[in-house]
Amino acid sequence: MSQPKVNDFVIKFANVNGSGSASANRLFAKSILRMGVPVSPRNIFPSNIQGLPTWYEVRVSEAGYLGARGGVDLMVAMNPQTWDRDLLSIEAGGYLFYDSTKALPASKFREDVNVIGVPLTELCNREYSDPRQRQLFRNMVYVGALGALLAIDLAEMEKLIREQFSSKDSLIAPNIQALHLGHAYAAENFECPIGLEVRRSDRVGKRIFIDGNSAAALGCVYGGATVAAWYPITPSSSLAEAFQQHCRNYRRDRETGKNRFAVIQAEDELASIGMVIGASWNGARAFTCTSGPGISLMQEFIGLAYFAEIPAVIFDVQRGGPSTGMPTRTQQSDLLTCAYASHGDTKHVMLFPEDPHECFEFAASAFDYAERLQTPVFVLSDLDIGMNDRLCEPLVWDDSRTYERGKVISHDELEAGAEFGRYLDVDGDGITYRTYPGTHSTRGAFFTRGTSKDRYARYSEAGPDYSDNMQRLLRKFDTCRLMLPKPVMRKARRSTSLGVVCYGSTSPAMNEALDCLEDEGLNLNAMRIRAFPFGDEVVDFISEHDRVFVVEQNRDAQLRFLLVNECALDPTKLISVLHYDGTPITARYIMQEISSDVAALKPKPKKKVAP
Amino acid sequence: MTYIAKPRLRHPNLKANKFGFTHRDYEGAVSTLCAGCGHDSISSAIIQACFELNLPPHRIAKLSGIGCSSKTPTYFLGNSHGFNSVHGRMPSVLTGANLANRDLIYLGISGDGDSASIGLGQFAHSVRRGVNMVYIVENNGVYGLTKGQFSATADRGSKSKKGAYNRDAAVDMVMLAMELGATYVARGFAGDKAQLVPLIKGAIAHRGAAFIDCISPCIAFNNHPGSTKGFDYVREHNEAVNRLDVMLPREAITVDYQPGEVEEVTQHDGSVLALRKLADDYDVHDRIAAMHHLQKSKAAGEIVTGVLHVDPEPDDLHANLNTLPTPFNKLAEKELCPGSTALDKFNAAHR
Repeated sequence: MSQPKVNDFVIKFANVNGSGSASANRLFAKSILRMGVPVSPRNIFPSNIQGLPTWYEVRVSEAGYLGARGGVDLMVAMNPQTWDRDLLSIEAGGYLFYDSTKALPASKFREDVNVIGVPLTELCNREYSDPRQRQLFRNMVYVGALGALLAIDLAEMEKLIREQFSSKDSLIAPNIQALHLGHAYAAENFECPIGLEVRRSDRVGKRIFIDGNSAAALGCVYGGATVAAWYPITPSSSLAEAFQQHCRNYRRDRETGKNRFAVIQAEDELASIGMVIGASWNGARAFTCTSGPGISLMQEFIGLAYFAEIPAVIFDVQRGGPSTGMPTRTQQSDLLTCAYASHGDTKHVMLFPEDPHECFEFAASAFDYAERLQTPVFVLSDLDIGMNDRLCEPLVWDDSRTYERGKVISHDELEAGAEFGRYLDVDGDGITYRTYPGTHSTRGAFFTRGTSKDRYARYSEAGPDYSDNMQRLLRKFDTCRLMLPKPVMRKARRSTSLGVVCYGSTSPAMNEALDCLEDEGLNLNAMRIRAFPFGDEVVDFISEHDRVFVVEQNRDAQLRFLLVNECALDPTKLISVLHYDGTPITARYIMQEISSDVAALKPKPKKKVAP
Repeated sequence: MTYIAKPRLRHPNLKANKFGFTHRDYEGAVSTLCAGCGHDSISSAIIQACFELNLPPHRIAKLSGIGCSSKTPTYFLGNSHGFNSVHGRMPSVLTGANLANRDLIYLGISGDGDSASIGLGQFAHSVRRGVNMVYIVENNGVYGLTKGQFSATADRGSKSKKGAYNRDAAVDMVMLAMELGATYVARGFAGDKAQLVPLIKGAIAHRGAAFIDCISPCIAFNNHPGSTKGFDYVREHNEAVNRLDVMLPREAITVDYQPGEVEEVTQHDGSVLALRKLADDYDVHDRIAAMHHLQKSKAAGEIVTGVLHVDPEPDDLHANLNTLPTPFNKLAEKELCPGSTALDKFNAAHR
């Protein structure tokens, strides 16, 4: 390698699940952030507890590109099971870092890859006598060695160790010792930095480093959720667990020690959504979190909540489907099942956060939407943003913000003689008034049911009553469109008839692709959709362009289906860019798909005729 | 028969309870069930129990699943909020509702089709969580609305109206409730209102998971010879282990009884359950002995009724979750939102 790569490369750690590597790897990524250089790490893990291969990929990008890049510049090969594959994935001229305690035959290496052998096991065996320590500290030894090889500030690493073990003082010194052990060995035996280098910068700013599930859970705390009912499923479990943890910090009464929250690990997803519906019906803010299989199980209840008009907030942290699918891989393949969940004519509100910052914001506002609209609201994130730490704008909360509890009639209003019909459209927006159980001794009680009813909530199988209600639900759905987050637009440098649409976690790869395509002279206007049903802006954007690429992570072009189906758009101008193998989409992939489509469109140059 | 509106007229001298509510204040719409249905007797017993307990009707929430039994909440407590949910899932909806507002009384009405088949899981889990509720199964051993199929509580060997024999073992909801830790378990019979009303009153006064299995003959499909859930059969095989009277807190004990005949159980809210023993060896406090008695009687073909088990100091879900005494639905931003200063700190800890 002639020119060193500064602040722009990919390091991948190949580890064994359960070997304690996760916290060491995270510390490594964070030390680069502390030097002001953006990183985006991704866990690539199997559905397993111990023994199977797991990877941690860190993209270092001064330009701030947080999408997956593809390719590896430095492989930290700590797992013999995957050695051959890992070796192959290194880009030519890249680096292989390995434990050289045991000599390996030349056939195990590549000629076009630089090899860095550090005798990790030997160093640890010499230093520690306890077998568990030998294994655990080995991780910190390689982090120290990498620090030297990449010129990461050792002081930042030490500081992070002190922060990480602040509650377990006794672990600080031995970890720092291990860090130094690796650092000193690398500094002594290799020319540092190697062809990859971290140089201090100022590109991180005020941004924070957090995973989407934890941010969404905090959004639930800020949004006023008091009841959470859930059933464990990857990749959503950490959302419920984070909610419980945040509540311990923020929702425990100082004086009495009593909880202002209830978290129930239910017997299944059906019970989870049932509890959410029961709590919401009774005037508390409640949510559940799950993934695709859970959504399938909840269908019947979701229809009830739609038809009986009960607020509910449902987080779907999407993974690879169908069926059990790829439980630990990412996809955006639950749009259709959520949009039209349950039998009969139903349609639901969906929100698409792009990163943890929006996970927080959308989580908090989902409760407002659900209560204002009296209907289920889905927050569709995915494994990529849900379970990975992502650099994002700090979380914000305006203290003057109040909870929008929607149309609820109080005791005093009933007492004053307010007319109450649970399904009576007084304001013409399709949204009707409700009462909480127990409000008034003689007025305002009604019967909630999944059967058809008249405007006063009385059981009715009369055709006109049924149609009247179904039409009103459509009016309500129309009201939603005005309320929900608007799409985010990005205009190309030059005017263009080409557009591109994306949503959710693909946004960093999309932005990077747009930058690079513009550099190559290909201009596209872009729109990131943030909610369903779509607002007018979405239709306008597509109408204004001749050809619009729709980028998504599923096989069947689900967003495109919704656009065509709900907005009566011309399907021939909506070109799908689909990536659904379970890995996060890359800018490289988007660029290649769009470029080849555009190239094929260009009229072929006529055969040159001799002048 | 919902097209028949109930007349608003009432007898001018209708007796009012302590809070001025009359019997009529606890009624609902006219029943659409078959004339003579056991379920209507249970609705009537619920009305009577709430009246006698002086409960403000709107402080009760009634929830149900799907089926004949689940329709009945329309026919009682018209001033209470009701929720007719989905098949077999009343327990989860009730659990959620209870979490949101612990101050209301939760009445879960279900049937054997609703709770012993699709809802068996939710029944079990709501009981083992100790949700403070009254869970009544109106048990007739048959699917009524779909015209007479066996349900999971139909006894093995019992005969359907069309003459088919049931070959599957029956689910015994009482044994399940005992096993799963319900703290108030009773069995009643729709044909014995005098016994049933106090059983419901005792369950409402109980601050934990109260379960009542109420045998409720289906007049249309399961009240024939060969059925073990018909009026005649149950009357012939009914083995009541006790008779219950419920005295409200701070109410003078008015039951007339000979010393030694009656055991008084003071519940957590101060209400007193006066149990007149009918079976000498039956102890409502000894769960294991009670279960043993129930199994022996069942083997002998007897249907044991009465208060079967009671724990006067039950735990409930809220106690286990250590929740605030204030209902969650009364909490606002001030109590729930940590605010921007806390968020700034949170952000700072994530850099």
